[in-house]
Amino acid sequence: MAGIVFDSVSKSFDGARIIDSLKLAVADGELLVLVGPSGCGKSTVLRMVAGLELVTEGSIHIGGRIVNDLPPQQRNVAMVFQNYALYPHMTVRQNLAFPLKMKKLAAVEVERRVAETAAMLDLTSLLARRPRALSGGQRQRVAMGRAIIREADVFLMDEPLSNLDAGLRGQIRSDIAALQARLGITTLYVTHDQTEAMTLGQRVAVMRKGRLQQVAPPHALYTSPANIFVAGFIGSPAMNILRATLEEEGGERFLRLDGQRLPLTGAVIQRHHGLAGHTGRELLVGIRPEDLALTDSAGPGALTLTLHTAESLGHETLVHLDGEVETLAPEAPEPAKATGAQPRMIAVLPGHHPISRGEILHLRPDPGRLHLFDRGGVSLVRAEGSSGLQRRVAKGLRAL
Amino acid sequence: MKHLLWRSLDYFLLATLALLFLAPILMMLVGSLKPDQRVLVEAGSLVAFIPHQASLQNYADVFARSDFLRFLLNSLLITGAIVTTGLLVNSLAAYAFARLQWRGRDLLFNLVLALMILPLEGIAVPLFYQVALLGLRDTYTAQILPFIANAFAIYLFYSFFIGLPRELEEAARLDGASTLRTFFSIIVPNSKPVFASVAILTFLMWWGSYLWPLMVTIGPAVRPLPVAIASFYTLPPLQWGDILAFGVMMVSPVLLIFLLFQRWFVRGVVATAIKG
Repeated sequence: MAGIVFDSVSKSFDGARIIDSLKLAVADGELLVLVGPSGCGKSTVLRMVAGLELVTEGSIHIGGRIVNDLPPQQRNVAMVFQNYALYPHMTVRQNLAFPLKMKKLAAVEVERRVAETAAMLDLTSLLARRPRALSGGQRQRVAMGRAIIREADVFLMDEPLSNLDAGLRGQIRSDIAALQARLGITTLYVTHDQTEAMTLGQRVAVMRKGRLQQVAPPHALYTSPANIFVAGFIGSPAMNILRATLEEEGGERFLRLDGQRLPLTGAVIQRHHGLAGHTGRELLVGIRPEDLALTDSAGPGALTLTLHTAESLGHETLVHLDGEVETLAPEAPEPAKATGAQPRMIAVLPGHHPISRGEILHLRPDPGRLHLFDRGGVSLVRAEGSSGLQRRVAKGLRAL
Repeated sequence: MKHLLWRSLDYFLLATLALLFLAPILMMLVGSLKPDQRVLVEAGSLVAFIPHQASLQNYADVFARSDFLRFLLNSLLITGAIVTTGLLVNSLAAYAFARLQWRGRDLLFNLVLALMILPLEGIAVPLFYQVALLGLRDTYTAQILPFIANAFAIYLFYSFFIGLPRELEEAARLDGASTLRTFFSIIVPNSKPVFASVAILTFLMWWGSYLWPLMVTIGPAVRPLPVAIASFYTLPPLQWGDILAFGVMMVSPVLLIFLLFQRWFVRGVVATAIKG
């Protein structure tokens, strides 16, 4: 087993930089999820670890050894592909046995390990079938089996659940997490689905346009996003980003949003370092839809908005709102007006709300849970103390 | 009712076309069983399709007048060698063009594609000089070697391989397979239709080959069937019954092979989207 370290890894295709100076360490035995929108380069990162793509600059280390120039066969990594890539002409048994045969293991040993892996993944009754005769979930398990049986140093998973229906996805997701925890194999898991990332990863690395945005445990990503991209990408529905001005009056600091006033609590001020320097300046404020609550009247600390649409999900209601406040798409900090329609504010209200279009609503953001960003979209939160895992990662990077 | 009428019309048209294409083969088969003097006399009428006074005399004549078995074995050997070695060489070349990264690949591939439009007749004379210079006249080698590498076969393999999911090969490489092992263990078993198509097309192309064997063979020792049947026209007596019997025996292996591999052939044609 081994950790993976990316030391300033870059990748270019025809002059276009796909991955830009990636610095990341995956600790030995850790499950790290790489998440980001499609085209952000996350699969390329995985393929570089596998040896299926060459590294343009920098180096990749697996278990302390630089693997840049090693062919895939010599890296001892196993990969689960998005479409599983099971060999169609082979039975499940032959699919599982193939990597072992390549290692020239004795037939008895191959048979023993196939039986063991099949039992672990509940595939024993399917050993004689070909992939064509398997359901999506069964194929997925065979693909997992083919990766496990190798006893590889590293698992790479490229959106392994995206071809499954929603119900099965949830079940297999927890199976994967349990299996990884049991085997303790370093795993790099790529997905575009933030729910998958949040539920599966011990740490999650968010990527955008070939650049690493933030690496943190799932909850930390949610509570302290490093920038408005992460803020918008993690959490569903996405965080509302509003343009505001930080003002101070009589020793009290508050945010002004187009005439509406949001006082800042001591906790928020303490959490956001360097806020003082922004007094009188414009900044961006992030409010999670679930942190907005209905209130009876307008006034300080409440936003007055007009209902556009309401979607009742039974246990909660999603409301889309128009208002005077200027909102931004989390994709880019430039004014949304310049790029197109301004996104509507969204709030998640518990329970069922029989409200109709055009109704005026007063919503109060939880004052202790505001997220403040500078004009460039970078968080003003003080960096939190590093966890044990982060320390190990830092140690890995220092060891280079 | 209307549906039934259209259906009947469809079948009628199909049956007519099938008959039209089958007629020469049927005529050959029936003619080969008739006494020699009846063949030409009845050729212009429907009686040509009726096997009256049937006997195997013409077949016996073919064996008596020529060393048919030898020519058959020559044809089988030459065509078989071109097909089998061709499958190996051309599929490997196509794989290198379709999947491996190397300098000059695209340029060379375009050159190979350009070769497809070059007919044998165009290069027959220089090729003949080359073979003669190498001292290969009147050998099997002269009839096999120049035709193993085939641009059209490479193109067919290429179009098939390019459509195979790349992940299969990547998975095999990660599983520890070398490039050659990936080719033989993963690519080949998943490319049966194109192998069958290329095998049949190559077989048909060289089974009936006439010009080149005529140029490079001197005596009957290494001569294939098409050159041998030609001698029946030139050496008296000219007996049409014998020629037809020879024709039946020459065509049978082709039909047999086509019938055996028809399923793969159709799938291969669909998969590589060639016409005709």
